[in-house]
Amino acid sequence: MAVSLDLLLSAVVAGILLGGFYAAVTVGVSISFGMLDIVNIAHPAFIILGSYIAYIVNTHFGIDPILVSLIVAPAFYALGAAVYQIYHLAFERRGDESLRGLAFFFGLLFITEVALILVFGVDYRFVNAAYIGITLHYGPIDLPLRMLVPFACSIALLVGLQLFLSRSFIGRAIMAVSQDRLALQLMSADPARIKRIAFALSIATAGVAGAFLIIIQPVEPSVGRDYIGRVFAICVLGGLGSFPGMLTAAMLLGIVESVTATFYGPSWSPAVAFGFLLLTLAFRPSGIMGR
Amino acid sequence: MLKAVFRTMRAHVIAAMAATVLMLAGAWPTAAAEPIKIGFGMALTGGLAGNGKAALIAIQIWAEQVNAKGGLLGRPVQLVYYDDQTNPATVPGIYTKLLDIDKVDLVISGYGTNLQAPAMPIIMQHGMTFIGLFGLAVNDQFHYDRFFQMQPNGPDAKHALSQGFLEAAMKANPKPKTLAIVGADAEYPQVALSGARDVAKKLGLKIVYDNSYPPSTVDYTPIVRAIQATNPDAVFVASYPPDTAGIIRAAHELDLKTTVFGGGMIGLQFSSLKQQFGPLLNGIVYYELYAPEPTLNFPGITDFLRTYQPRAAEAGADALGFYLPPYAYAGMQILGEAVEATKSLDQQKIAQYIHATSFKTVVGDVRFGKDGEWVEPRLIYVQERGIKGNDIEQFKQPGHEIVLYPSEFKSGDIVAPYAAAKH
Repeated sequence: MAVSLDLLLSAVVAGILLGGFYAAVTVGVSISFGMLDIVNIAHPAFIILGSYIAYIVNTHFGIDPILVSLIVAPAFYALGAAVYQIYHLAFERRGDESLRGLAFFFGLLFITEVALILVFGVDYRFVNAAYIGITLHYGPIDLPLRMLVPFACSIALLVGLQLFLSRSFIGRAIMAVSQDRLALQLMSADPARIKRIAFALSIATAGVAGAFLIIIQPVEPSVGRDYIGRVFAICVLGGLGSFPGMLTAAMLLGIVESVTATFYGPSWSPAVAFGFLLLTLAFRPSGIMGR
Repeated sequence: MLKAVFRTMRAHVIAAMAATVLMLAGAWPTAAAEPIKIGFGMALTGGLAGNGKAALIAIQIWAEQVNAKGGLLGRPVQLVYYDDQTNPATVPGIYTKLLDIDKVDLVISGYGTNLQAPAMPIIMQHGMTFIGLFGLAVNDQFHYDRFFQMQPNGPDAKHALSQGFLEAAMKANPKPKTLAIVGADAEYPQVALSGARDVAKKLGLKIVYDNSYPPSTVDYTPIVRAIQATNPDAVFVASYPPDTAGIIRAAHELDLKTTVFGGGMIGLQFSSLKQQFGPLLNGIVYYELYAPEPTLNFPGITDFLRTYQPRAAEAGADALGFYLPPYAYAGMQILGEAVEATKSLDQQKIAQYIHATSFKTVVGDVRFGKDGEWVEPRLIYVQERGIKGNDIEQFKQPGHEIVLYPSEFKSGDIVAPYAAAKH
C-alpha cells in the first residue's frame, strides 16, 4: 500500500494510544519482574479478574469501569500482599523461587481462569460507558475515546507510580530492594516487607489495567493468555525496573504494530514487533533504558 | 454316615446351582441394558465455548428425548464428552481416549473447523462414521466417505460463505465494483477469504484490499482505516467473535463508508453480541443459519427452541439458540435415525444409510453429497434492520433479520449504502 502522510500519522497516533494501554498492562510486571525478580506469570489473570469486577459493577450499578477499578484497588492490593506472603513463605525463603515459584504462578493463572469460567461462563463480556463509541476527529486523526480514555488514565497511573517510587520513603525502599537487597537489610529494613508492598502494588495496577482492557475489547476468561508474552517482552525491551523505559517500549511496540498493520498487513505485526524487540536487545541487551 | 455325607453334598450342589441361576437371572447385566455411548470433544472453555456450550445443551436435549422414548435399539444413549478448550492440540488425544479407552460406539465432532480437522486421522484410522459440526471444507482433502458435515455449506464449502454475501451485495444500488476482504489468521477465515477471491473474480469485482490479522489483535482501527483508504464498494470480513466485535466497533468509530459491509462474521449469530451491539448491527449483511422469518419456519424448530431457550438461560449459554443448537440437534436426529434404520452400530452401514437418505430435521430437509457436504447449500445472508436499544427479545421477532439470500427464503431487498442502512 502506498504510504500516505495522513494514514501514517493516523497509524502512529493509534499506536501511541495502544502503547499507553500496553504500558498499563505491563507496569505491574515491571514492578514484580523488573524490580523484584518475581516471575509473576499470573499477572494477566489478575488483569482479567479486574476486568470481570469492572464488568459486574458496571452492569449492575452503571458505574464507570475505571472508577470501579480505583474503588477496588485496595482489595487488589490486599490480594497481592496475600499472594506474595504465600510465595515468600513457600518458595522465596527456601530459595525455591526459580522453578517452583514459576510453577506456583502458573497454577495461580489456571486456577484464576477456571474459577472465572465456573462463575461467569465463557461468553464474551462487555461494559458500557458514555465515551465508548464516541470518536474525536482532528483532520486526518481519529481519536476513539474507547482508546483515548484508557491511554490518558494509563499515563496518569504511570506518572503517579513514578512519583511514588522516586519521592516517597517506601518507594525509594522498593527501588533499593531491587538494587541491593542485602544493603537494604543492613539498613534495618525488612526486604520481605518491602517486596510485599511492591508486589501488592503490582497486583493493584493489574486491577486497574483490567478496567482498561474491558473498555477496549470484549473479555472472556482465557483472554489473559494473549498478554503473557507481550507484557514480559515490553518489560525486557524497556529495561528491567525502568518505568520510562517500559513506557517508551510500550509506545514503540504499539506504533510498530499499528504502522505494520496499516501498510504491510496486520499478519506481520507480531513478527515485526518481536523482531524489533530482538534487534534492540542485540544492540542494547539491558533494554532501552536499562542499567 | 455315608448317607449323611451324600445328603450334605447334594445340598451343597443344589445350593450352588440355585446361586448360579439367580446370578445369571438377576445380577448379570444383559446386553440390552448396556448404553450406547456417543463420544465427542466440545469447546466448553476458550474462544469458541459460547457456541460449544450451546451445542452441548442441544445434544443433551436430544439424548434425553431419545431415552424418554426407549433409547436407540432398545438401549439408553449415554454421552461421553471432554472439553477441547478450543485448542486443536487437545483433539487427537481426546478422540484417542474416546475410541481406545472409553470404547464409545459412535462419535461426533466438536464445534468448528479447527477442532474437527485434527480428529480426522484418528477417525479414519478407526473407520468411524463422523458427523462434523460447523467445519469449513474439513473433508476437502481427506475425501473420507464416512464423514458428514452439519453445516449447510453445500458441495463447494469454500465458496459458499462468500457467495451469498457477494451475490446479495451485487443487488445493491449502486452496484459494487471494488471489494476489500479481511480475516483472521486461522483455518476458517483463511478458507473463507480464499473462496471470496474466487467468487469476486467470477463476479467481476476488483479486490482493492486483501489482508489477514492475528487473532490476538487488540486494536482494529488501523485495519479499518487502511480498508477505508482503499475506498471499497463492499467489505467482506471473515472473523471470529472477538474480532467481529473489534471490527464493528472500529467501523463505527471511524464511520466506515462503503456500499455493503459484513461477511462471514461469526459472533453476530450469538445473543450476547446481538444484545451488546444492538443498533450497531443495523445495516450489516452477515450470515445466519436461522432467522425468525416466516420463510424459515421448518417443522419442529419452534418446539426445539422452546425447549432449548429456558435451559440455555439457566446454563448461561446462548439465549436465542439460532446458530449452532438447531444443527447440533439435527445432527443427532440424523445419527439416531441411521442407527435405528440399520438396526446396528456398524459404521459402514450407518454411513451408507446416511449417504442414501434425505432426512427431515428441525433445520429442514438434509441430504448429503460428495465428501459429506450438503447437496444444496443453505447459508442464509441477512441484513439487520430496525434494531433499537439492547433488548434481546426484539431479535426473536420477525422483521429485523431480513433474508436477502438465497432467493427461496428471501424476505426483503438489500438497503444500501451502509451509511443509509445503519439508520
